[in-house]
Amino acid sequence: MNKLIAWFDERIPMTKTWNIHLAQYPAPKNFNFWYIFGVLATLVLVNQILTGIWLTMNYVPTGEGAFASVEFIMRDIEYGWLLRYMHSTGASAFFIVVYLHMFRGMMYGSYQKPRELLWIFGMLIFLVLMAEAFMGYLLPWGQMSYWGAQVIISLFGAIPIIGDDLTLWIRGDYVISGATLNRFFALHVIALPLVLVILVFLHIIALHEVGSNNPEGISIKKPKGSVPESEKPKFKFHERFTKKYDIVDAFPFFPYYIVKDLVGIAVFLFFFCYVIFFAPAMGGMFLEPPNFEAANPLKTPEHIAPVWYFTPFYAILRAVPDKLMGVILMFGAIVALFVLPWLDRGTVRSVRYRSGFHKVNLTIFAISFIALGYLGLKPATEVYTFFARVFTFLYFAFFVLLFFYSKNEKCKPVPERITK
Amino acid sequence: MKKLIKSTLLVAASLWAVATLAAGPTVPLDKAKIDLHDKASLQRGAQLFMNYCLGCHSMQYQRYNRTFRDLEIPEELGMENLQFTGEKVGDLITNAMASTDASNWFGTPAPDLTLVARVRGADWIYTYLRSFYADDSRPFGVNNAVFPNVGMPHVLEELQGIPRQTYERRLVDGQMTDVYVGIKTDGSGMLTSEEYDRAVNDLTNFLVYTGEPMMLEQRRIGWYVFGFLAVFLVFSVLLKREFFKDVK
Repeated sequence: MNKLIAWFDERIPMTKTWNIHLAQYPAPKNFNFWYIFGVLATLVLVNQILTGIWLTMNYVPTGEGAFASVEFIMRDIEYGWLLRYMHSTGASAFFIVVYLHMFRGMMYGSYQKPRELLWIFGMLIFLVLMAEAFMGYLLPWGQMSYWGAQVIISLFGAIPIIGDDLTLWIRGDYVISGATLNRFFALHVIALPLVLVILVFLHIIALHEVGSNNPEGISIKKPKGSVPESEKPKFKFHERFTKKYDIVDAFPFFPYYIVKDLVGIAVFLFFFCYVIFFAPAMGGMFLEPPNFEAANPLKTPEHIAPVWYFTPFYAILRAVPDKLMGVILMFGAIVALFVLPWLDRGTVRSVRYRSGFHKVNLTIFAISFIALGYLGLKPATEVYTFFARVFTFLYFAFFVLLFFYSKNEKCKPVPERITK
Repeated sequence: MKKLIKSTLLVAASLWAVATLAAGPTVPLDKAKIDLHDKASLQRGAQLFMNYCLGCHSMQYQRYNRTFRDLEIPEELGMENLQFTGEKVGDLITNAMASTDASNWFGTPAPDLTLVARVRGADWIYTYLRSFYADDSRPFGVNNAVFPNVGMPHVLEELQGIPRQTYERRLVDGQMTDVYVGIKTDGSGMLTSEEYDRAVNDLTNFLVYTGEPMMLEQRRIGWYVFGFLAVFLVFSVLLKREFFKDVK
């Protein structure tokens, strides 16, 4: 066995990679509940890829055959329903864990220097994930697939001059048709997953280069030679991390956080499997009822709502009376997140040591996001539109206020070391 | 942090409350009693479907043999009594009516019913089939309270009789007024009102089954999965404790 490992190590950095990224990677010792979502996102990604491969084996990507082939998978393929529900539930689960993962980053300042690029990769993952989910939702070729895609693609038509040509180019037809389905299928099963996996790889490489943040928002890297031997952890970390710094208050990711994450994974799977086996449609949130009717270009559903994970942005879009401005604001909501590392001019990372004003601001931001998500599911009545405007304002106010107060923010003193 | 989460949930809850109040009124739906373990009910429902619905509505994603197997109907018996279109036992449940004909006759093609329970919900179907009423202004002499101006004739009329919107003269605030008391049959059907409700319930039950024929198996497996996860959780907690002894 050792000989075999040596044989490989001479030819590829196998043991070295294992050590740098797992067995000798220093992870801060104070990770809490919020630090499970990165692992869970990876788990869901693997789930999506594996179930996706098997779904592809029986799915027929044509306007005539798509809807029937999904029902064929659900009824005639052994455990096809399980594959399909794992995939459809996985899509929603992906967004749940990613939103929580992002909020974790916002709470503990994980986007701040030196983790800006890490955050950017994360945001790119989020963007590709949205495209992936949107294109995947067209594939069952149900009524909501069809009309939801119609609404979202038509947004691009709001862009001046090139708008109409752009939507034509995206659809490959004057209306959404089999041609659109074919290209979305190609993008959904190969192009975007490939990009997604590469971005996840870059995200992890960037993370392991700068090191993990933690709930205290303080560094576990101390100047070389500043820490007495008695206070250093008893674990061996890879020299890549210890060459320039003394590492404190950390332990290796493997096996400690792996076994801890297993507990989190077990709890997550309880929720995940509950949905798969007992509520796959999740009351119409994960699978919308009109989507069990085959796409019909001649029959518009009474109320078109995108799936829940797009609704916060959809609510922002509808809150603006002008279509182009709405589209700009909707994309602006995502752009604002992209540039967050530069909007936040503070140096204290964790919300624990930041001002009360920041705590309130972040809370209102979280509430606004959830509220917008809820409002996006509802028809745009006068009352709802009013609320959507208020929460859209509060959503953007978070970023604007942050930019101004963060420069001279009154923060609590930050501890030298992780004490807990 | 806990405060933050708490207040977030609180606001979400109050928003929910506001939204529920703002939602407009709809036709109240009666509750269907759905029991997928009740094979007798499902068999009666299948019989009603094949006799009354399949003439116009297909069930094109569901197969005869799957239906017979799940409903515990022997294949020969099923083929003799429930199969009228000359198809083979492994075939999908389709019919011969062209959708262009249906469009000419009813104004719209008759929708496929395999998944209707997932689109509309069981209570909607149950209420819809009990909400036809005589209305001379409509081409087929009937209208529907749940689906106004629906193109479909009252196919189950020979079972229910002719249903009418019925009013009773009652004393309201010191004045005699006509009060709407619902749809009542004239009693000319083969079934009493209670029997008709039961028949419609059976049919609804069957349509819920065809919407998700895997549902019983899915739930059965789900309990085993939970059992496995419970064991997995216990061992993962023990494993974590064992390893974290080094860290403390």
